[in-house]
Amino acid sequence: MKKHILDLILTRVACLHERYVLLQATDPAAPLPEMMPGQFAQIRVDGNKDTFLRRPISIHNVDRRSNEVWFLVQIVGEGTRALSRLQAGDKFNVILPLGNGFTLPASSDEKVLLVGGGVGVAPLLYMGARMRELGVEPTFLLGARSQSDLLQQKAFRALGRVFFTTEDGTAGERGFVTQHSLLQNERFSRICVCGPKPMMIAVARYAKSVSTPCEVSLENMMACGLGACLCCVEDTVEGNVCVCTEGPVFNINQLKWQI
Amino acid sequence: MADLRVDIAGLHLKNPVLTASGTFGYGLEFQDFVNLEDIGGIIVKGTTLAPRQGNAYPRMAETASGMLNCVGLQNKGVDYFCSHIYPQIKDIQTNILVNVSGNSPEDYVECAARINELEHIPAIELNISCPNVKHGGMAFGTTTQGAASVVRAVRQAYHKTLIVKLSPNVTSISDIALAVQDAGADAVSLINTLMGMAIDAEKRRRILSIGTGGLSGPAIKPVALRMVYEVAHAVQIPVIGLGGISSAKDAVEFLLAGASAIEIGTANFLDPAITVKVAQGINEYLDRCGFQSVKDIVGIVE
Repeated sequence: MKKHILDLILTRVACLHERYVLLQATDPAAPLPEMMPGQFAQIRVDGNKDTFLRRPISIHNVDRRSNEVWFLVQIVGEGTRALSRLQAGDKFNVILPLGNGFTLPASSDEKVLLVGGGVGVAPLLYMGARMRELGVEPTFLLGARSQSDLLQQKAFRALGRVFFTTEDGTAGERGFVTQHSLLQNERFSRICVCGPKPMMIAVARYAKSVSTPCEVSLENMMACGLGACLCCVEDTVEGNVCVCTEGPVFNINQLKWQI
Repeated sequence: MADLRVDIAGLHLKNPVLTASGTFGYGLEFQDFVNLEDIGGIIVKGTTLAPRQGNAYPRMAETASGMLNCVGLQNKGVDYFCSHIYPQIKDIQTNILVNVSGNSPEDYVECAARINELEHIPAIELNISCPNVKHGGMAFGTTTQGAASVVRAVRQAYHKTLIVKLSPNVTSISDIALAVQDAGADAVSLINTLMGMAIDAEKRRRILSIGTGGLSGPAIKPVALRMVYEVAHAVQIPVIGLGGISSAKDAVEFLLAGASAIEIGTANFLDPAITVKVAQGINEYLDRCGFQSVKDIVGIVE
């Protein structure tokens, strides 16, 4: 897929939570390029002396009617904090789409579980939307520390079945996603996961134990995002490979995780 | 339109802009953003005789106005380059140069000899300055004897334009430059990255997997500019300048300091189309200031 450098205009900036912001942006000049669920953008952070590199942010949703791309940003450092201070009408520079993306269902018979934790839910919304276009209803299993950390609940519910876990029990079942009763009661043809690494390892271990194909989305630290700098490598069965070009989505069989 | 052509010891460039090794892949990674043929030359990533996995992750730390890396020359080896990469890039209508590195003088010689056979590679850049490998790399580039011995050996095996990339992590870079000139180098390029370190205060440990890394980006530009100026005044062979160049203005400063051409490195990560913009910007500078040719400004600053 051809990669583009674009100056986008923010149409809406919504603070979802003290640590999360939703950026909705459009290209006033042209229809946005084709993007796959699981792919990401490299967003330039302007006017911040403490940051230097772009920030890799996954594509949260693409709305073709309004020609918008959405980014769900967790404020973790100076770069993401600067992004959270942007306002509607501001211009910001992105390179997209980057990386490979999740495997879309090949037929409507597939039953796909999308598991997300924290800001890792971001790419799953777009994945769910694309699955619906293909006539497959997604099942979401979303985990967070507490009810207030469960993001975009309404948007997920509009696409398919949604199950929650929270560590404090304020929403859904108490505990981690891998402890949810859904995993005891149902089987899936594939599982796609994005979230903190310990969570992804736990889900990968579950998927392996029930012989279900499983894809995980890695977020290794990146510099270029284009496969040039070789900084974001993951140790795989084929040696060190760039997460930005060979990933960010990997089948768990490609990784050397102890599962 | 000013004349942007430059000549580096028999290497003809349509403009003075090259890409720094390790920041532009094999060029193919950037063809969605720029017409590769509008770049003066592409120096592809560091190539060694045997395949190398490089260092463990994490390999990168962001700094104020720059970044540290300790990639450690990850590449699939010269045989893979010759059989798989070269056929894909050999017909790009610009100069394709290979950055050659090694663990021993024999490795450098063998690798350079293989590249010498490739018709469409008019030059190599000999990397005696990588700070991220245990054996070889910068070890050869930090003494005049070490640098001269590798260059002398490679000179016997390599018959096209031989550029030697110098380390700034030395007491006198001019002495090293003179030594490689005497050993048969056709040109020198400088600077490679400056050795640095990053520490995570919360986790109370060093961030990079091998503890240290090479600093690049705008943070090192003044250091690079000073070294290019010094070396250009010390040697007779052409100097290629690099180190934090992020704009046409930066590039012009290096040319004024004495560089005959420049390389763009880390800036490619922020703007993948920067190379062509810099070439255009140099042309605009020359036109605006009334210079006919880029050669007219090389080293004119006292």
